[in-house]
Amino acid sequence: MDMKRDYFEDIQLFRTNTVLVATVVFLAVLAIVPFFAGAYTLYVLNLIAIHSIVAIGLNILVGYTGQISLGHAGFFAIGAYSCVLLMVKAGVPFIFALPAAGFISAVFGFVLGLPSLRLEGPYLAIATLGFGMAVTQVISHSDFTGGHMGIKAPPMSVGPFVADTGAAQYAVIVTITVILAIAAVNLVKSRVGRAFVAIRDSEVAAEAMGINLPYYKTLAFAVSAFYTGIAGALMAFALEHVSAGSFNLILSITFLAMVIVGGLASVMGSILGAALLTYLQLKLLVIQEAPGIGPFLLEVSKRFLTPEGIPNIQSIVIGAIMIAIVIFEPLGMHGIYLRTKRYWRTWPF
Amino acid sequence: MAFLSIQDLSISFGGLTALTHISIDVRQGLILSIIGPNGAGKTTVFNCITGIYRPNQGSITFQGKELVGKKPYQVASMGIARTFQNIELFSHMTTMDNLLLGRHIHMKTNVFTGATFLTRRSPAAREEREHRERVERIIEFLEIESARDIPVLALPYGTRKLVELGRALAMEPTLLLLDEPSAGMNQEEKRDMMFWIRDIRDDFKVTIIMVEHDMNLVMDISDEIVALNFGVKLAQGAPNAVQKNPEVLEAYLGQQ
Repeated sequence: MDMKRDYFEDIQLFRTNTVLVATVVFLAVLAIVPFFAGAYTLYVLNLIAIHSIVAIGLNILVGYTGQISLGHAGFFAIGAYSCVLLMVKAGVPFIFALPAAGFISAVFGFVLGLPSLRLEGPYLAIATLGFGMAVTQVISHSDFTGGHMGIKAPPMSVGPFVADTGAAQYAVIVTITVILAIAAVNLVKSRVGRAFVAIRDSEVAAEAMGINLPYYKTLAFAVSAFYTGIAGALMAFALEHVSAGSFNLILSITFLAMVIVGGLASVMGSILGAALLTYLQLKLLVIQEAPGIGPFLLEVSKRFLTPEGIPNIQSIVIGAIMIAIVIFEPLGMHGIYLRTKRYWRTWPF
Repeated sequence: MAFLSIQDLSISFGGLTALTHISIDVRQGLILSIIGPNGAGKTTVFNCITGIYRPNQGSITFQGKELVGKKPYQVASMGIARTFQNIELFSHMTTMDNLLLGRHIHMKTNVFTGATFLTRRSPAAREEREHRERVERIIEFLEIESARDIPVLALPYGTRKLVELGRALAMEPTLLLLDEPSAGMNQEEKRDMMFWIRDIRDDFKVTIIMVEHDMNLVMDISDEIVALNFGVKLAQGAPNAVQKNPEVLEAYLGQQ
């Protein structure tokens, strides 16, 4: 046990030197990866980083504030389209268009937060579900947004630096992810984050503490939408194209699954959950190439499912993994981390 | 002018009349207890003061300001704190965090200063440290140091009651509403609670209104007692006088 001498030690970002060292090592690894990794690995890491931002944002809403949203694909789409449209149609440079996309998304988040003042649980889920579906419909039927075809995204550029290679995209995306993750860690341990958790644990008591319920609930939606909007914009650049079809209900549910698999009310859990599900989804696309089990699954799917049955196998495997995690570790991957930490604390005894 | 003045307060839920023309004046610095059999409307009075219920009729003025129509969080920021009959803590948070939520109205950190809480000198960090020190004094006062970093979910019932009291104190209220502070406690804990309530009044300069069923506790520490029955005020006065009031005796013991 290390002795604390100052209240700041209770609240600082890196509470112990171990955490500090681990974080520095992790960031150093992130920094040198592009020098070794191939284009595909970088693409996967970009997707993981982007999904981490969404999962962190959604976790602020679901895990910390205790509200539900099945419409986050809508914010993802709003962020993607507003950033690309600002750049293509209005000539706004990337460095301003990206935060603007976040704030536009946050405004929509605030508006969607209004029903949360009256609705809760399943009712709120349906309201947000409606929002997510409406956004996709509007975007895919408007000429301004390129209709079903979508629009091509220009490369990200910061001043003279143009991110037109995978490694350059990685640099921009991962930097933004790290900044947003640190901001989230700070936010949730501050007065605002405590107010969010208070609303989750007891609305009656939260109000008795002087917490302005309408303000903080809509704020949670706005912050969550800001994160998701930024992530959506980055996704447009990672794929170099946006189209409405990709922002569907399945995407919203996948985001929610990342949060729950990773661990509710944990920023690190969000990142772990996003990494695991993103990786699994990509890996399971090529499950028939897996050694040993791949040909067997292909055989099974040919015999019992339709000829294009392999996607079913992917869904079954990913579903089974999610069920297993939720059953055996209700706290998600964050819970696994906590147990490992507790084990090593007393090692080797 | 009374510190808190309830005038002609009536409220009904559907066909059920919970309070009928209640008027209570509370002087500053007193411990006033509201007693009455189950369903007399004691907690309803609290819920009307704190804005959870909106009365059908009547007014409640606190230091000259009208409370009826205010939202619970607005009432709280005017300096009125309360505890609940069935403990309402933030159960996944530690004792420290629960008490820090009591500091919410005194803190200023917003979403932007909160997110940039990086160094010792950031405004959020400075404010956080200052308020943690104040909370630490309340933890010391209530002798709950051992519970400081434990989630309240894992605390025994008596300690949770104290944490809830501490959280209300952290708000630095001028009026404190205690809803059955000694419910579910053993004799020893009840006696401790009695001393604390007195100390709180004396040290923190707080006016206390208390709903309580334990008559020994009520008679010992109250300066004044209000007796309710079926939403009607039976009596108000010093403990001895209320104790001997025939209507109060009838409400509790039935007719002779």
